[in-house]
Amino acid sequence: MASETTTAESYVEKPKTLAALREEISSGRTKAADLANEYYARIEKKNPRLNIYLSFTKERAMAQAAHIDNLAAKGDPLPPLAGIPTGLKDVMVVQGAPSTAGSKILQGYQPPYDCTAVARLEAAGAVLLGKLNCDQFAMGSSNENSAYGPVRNPVDTERVPGGSSGGSAAAVAANLAVATLGSDTGGSIRQPASFCGVVGVLPTYGRVSRYGLIAYASSLDRIGPFSANVRDAATLLGVIAGHDPKDATSSAAPVEDYAAQSDKPVKEPGKGGLRIGVPAEYFAEGLDPEVRAAIEKGIAALEAAGCAIKPVSLPHTKYAVPTYYLVATAEASANLARFDGVRYGYRSPRSATLSDMYSHSRDEGFGAEVKRRIFLGTYALSAGYYDAYYLKAQQVRRILAEEFLRAFAEVDAIVTPTSPFPAFKIGEKTGDPLAMYLADIYTVTASLAGICGVTVPCGTTQAGLPVGMQILARHLGESTAFRVARAVEAANS
Amino acid sequence: MTAKVTVADVERVAELAHLELAPEEVEPMLRDLNAILDYVAELNELDTTGIEPLAQVSELESAAHPEPRPDRLAPSLARSAVMAQAPETDGAFFKVPKVIER
Repeated sequence: MASETTTAESYVEKPKTLAALREEISSGRTKAADLANEYYARIEKKNPRLNIYLSFTKERAMAQAAHIDNLAAKGDPLPPLAGIPTGLKDVMVVQGAPSTAGSKILQGYQPPYDCTAVARLEAAGAVLLGKLNCDQFAMGSSNENSAYGPVRNPVDTERVPGGSSGGSAAAVAANLAVATLGSDTGGSIRQPASFCGVVGVLPTYGRVSRYGLIAYASSLDRIGPFSANVRDAATLLGVIAGHDPKDATSSAAPVEDYAAQSDKPVKEPGKGGLRIGVPAEYFAEGLDPEVRAAIEKGIAALEAAGCAIKPVSLPHTKYAVPTYYLVATAEASANLARFDGVRYGYRSPRSATLSDMYSHSRDEGFGAEVKRRIFLGTYALSAGYYDAYYLKAQQVRRILAEEFLRAFAEVDAIVTPTSPFPAFKIGEKTGDPLAMYLADIYTVTASLAGICGVTVPCGTTQAGLPVGMQILARHLGESTAFRVARAVEAANS
Repeated sequence: MTAKVTVADVERVAELAHLELAPEEVEPMLRDLNAILDYVAELNELDTTGIEPLAQVSELESAAHPEPRPDRLAPSLARSAVMAQAPETDGAFFKVPKVIER
């Protein structure tokens, strides 16, 4: 209905760029404290409907803003994200602030330390406004698995924002933060970014420290940024990336100047254009025709910008979702064993013995999808089934990863739709877990292979729903993915 | 890999995972698990004989990981900060209900 659409559209608002805000703050025309207050006022207005923020870190935000205003008043050089209002998916811990992971089992928990990614954001001058809603323990593709109610998509509030980092994507789409962080295990940054019409980054596995991230599946989990434009996403990744002695899986590879790299055109004078692979397997049955048309238009724009478009083959793609759900749930069943009512979080009052306490606390504290995944993972790891399920999935994981490595010998980047369909209606898929899992069909492959990617808005459907193009690059190939994303962004603006 | 999950399996897994299910939760869990396992059985189409399992993708990123650092002493979190989050504590230790039923 037309009237509904009009109301819904008022929630969408594009944040200013980092460069514009930096200029305003360093010149003194805008005070970081006023900017933070402006964001809190907008949150107060929009959050009751959108349900994006779960909690606020206002004291911390205002102290940081005052510090930035002080530096600006003295004429001191400002750090790269000085005064930028940011939000954090509630699966990352912040000292003394609630960190729920979207679950009742962590209600009231106030962690005694900061995660590395947020410490780096703040060291770069960012102002942390608060914590953002998400699917419980980052398990979900629609945000409907949050114990604190679903986030609504700012583009159409009857629709989901995607998941699991739905709050992180929706916050940027509604300008309730200039930039946010989320986590991606099987598509949890890329899919909501595409549903909400913003940019989302899946960094290479190990590129960003996970210290302080509440673990879901450790061989897959990554932290990455959301923003309204590609260059800002590149700047944010440059701030949070790099080796961290507190995360042994973090990479020691040098951090590139991603923002400057993203300025390079896809075809430099005197050189051949970037080689872009298009895998037929991502354009097969099940792809919404409007999404296909938008992506094909984006590919044509890349060709017009000087890229060489080449078909590539990733024939095992259809095995990625089953592989992902076995690997991820097996790891989750181990990671979530720590929620036992002993050291933090919820403890059931109905606990006569220790064994009762474990099972009652977990039963009352975890949501249905979390239990389903712990069940599946425990089953796949249990005696008699380990080889048939878990080991088999790890073998197929190698096939999928090597398939990407072979493709990247021929091309610099691979482009696909981020999701087979645009944002769906709230409640549309909640009755069928398997249908929900299939929403991840185009994103889980890169998760399993450990490669990096960016999702960038690439047109809309006739109903005005955003379509996202996923741009994948080889391990540590973020600069290439950003360059291609800039070209797609330019063609769509 | 096409074995159907039974009520007995669900009960066994519940015990392993320290998750109890209410009686009305057993049937839906059985249904969902069987649907998901039927779907993941697609992997049986692939012959994976001789393929080394891939548990960690870091090995695919050449030379991105440094040598392990030497061991060194460093302070950990203050006990009081940790205990402040515990459901039940005497300040020094976590308290739990009795372990052995009589």
